[in-house]
Amino acid sequence: MPNPQLNSNGELTHLLSIEGLSRDILLHILDTAKSFAGVTEREVKKLPLLRGKLVFNLFFEPSTRTRTTFEIAAKRLSADVLNLNIAASSQTKGETLLDTIDNLAAMHADLFVVRHAQSGAPYLIARHLAPHMHVINAGDGRHAHPTQGLLDMYTIRHYKQDFTRLTVAIVGDVLHSRVARSLIHALTTMGTPEVRVIGPQTLLPTHVEKMGVRVFHDMEEGLKGVDVVMMLRLQNERMRGALLPSAQEFFKTYGLTAEKLALARPDAIVMHPGPMNRGVEIDSSVADGPHSVILPQVTFGIAVRMAVMSIVAGN
Amino acid sequence: MQLPDAEELVAELARRMRPKLGPGTALVGILTGGAWIAEKLNAAFGGTLPIGTLDVSFYRDDFEEIGLHKEVKPSSIGFDVAGRDIVLVDDVLYTGRTVRGAMNELFDYGRPASIRLAVLVDRGGRELPVAADFVGASLAVPENTNLHLERAADGKLILSLHPHNA
Repeated sequence: MPNPQLNSNGELTHLLSIEGLSRDILLHILDTAKSFAGVTEREVKKLPLLRGKLVFNLFFEPSTRTRTTFEIAAKRLSADVLNLNIAASSQTKGETLLDTIDNLAAMHADLFVVRHAQSGAPYLIARHLAPHMHVINAGDGRHAHPTQGLLDMYTIRHYKQDFTRLTVAIVGDVLHSRVARSLIHALTTMGTPEVRVIGPQTLLPTHVEKMGVRVFHDMEEGLKGVDVVMMLRLQNERMRGALLPSAQEFFKTYGLTAEKLALARPDAIVMHPGPMNRGVEIDSSVADGPHSVILPQVTFGIAVRMAVMSIVAGN
Repeated sequence: MQLPDAEELVAELARRMRPKLGPGTALVGILTGGAWIAEKLNAAFGGTLPIGTLDVSFYRDDFEEIGLHKEVKPSSIGFDVAGRDIVLVDDVLYTGRTVRGAMNELFDYGRPASIRLAVLVDRGGRELPVAADFVGASLAVPENTNLHLERAADGKLILSLHPHNA
């Protein structure tokens, strides 16, 4: 089956998942993002690439950071952007997803940025659209969050340059995390020799080791000698049933404290996709400490989303 | 056809530009060939001019047709563009579309006092009202041919011809 993200020339026309993207495409996105980073230092912080294009931010699930950085990215590229908060809109009146899309397409949309609680919703939209329209997945269910994975890669590359000599640890609620999946795919594609996942059995997907990662249940053991620590948010709103005794108990075993971080390499960086639960998965002294690159991640997210939008819109 | 020696053309270009440079003039080379030439020109002027580079990929007018160029390099202008006399440097002046993109991009850095254009080769074929202020040589190059500037391992610049679709 052909990859639904690529056009007949093998070029990226939708971004739905990092899974199935070649090293060349990932590098093209990261390199392009690097070129965009300098734009923020100029007098006019805009580029004409998407001038006259209409971008719809379709958020069927709430999000502040992702929606805002997509909006800034589209505006930096001179697009017209409309934010639709569908949770509070026509879907509650019974309209189907594809009817909503058809209506927006009839308004001459060029690009849809879609967040949806249902895994696969962006695929459905991409298959439905005419070829000159593009979809970027901004998070679908537990499945994927490719621009977050890419901005994590951009951040790691910014601080550590070479992916092929790194040990990266992803800690916490991997089971409910679309961020973790996207990052694991990207790291393996770029040749990172060791990716570890650290968490309790109940919060790791079954057969997670088939994704090419090493599994640790003991956080102290798993953090030894790592270059990058990626903390995941404890997804309170996604929890069903009693997977954990309590948030306090989780912090004791899997919360990142300065003492635990001391087991990683001295120049290790600490990342978090946000929003953070301070005192649940990460201690404030670490979140605000010298190893933390959590706020730079947000800034890099703009350049990465500019890169993805301009690449898909041009193909 | 016989192509001129690119290094001699750079020297010729420097001779023509030297009397017309003011105290605050800056060179901006268009990547990649223009940036190589700007470096050599600056060396000929004693290495004293502020110098920058532009990648016009984000300002091209054929984005709709061909999408985003691969291997985009960051533009780098380390000086204040506002109020400055700028000489844009490129290798080959052809349709004029690259120069238009470069001027648009420069204005996003600030409002220069003036922009002049220096090119190694003017091959004609303009599609926009663009003219160079300094020209190394004018050449009649057949329409279905690319005129290309390359840099050898020792840093020497070389002009070459490539038929389209070859």
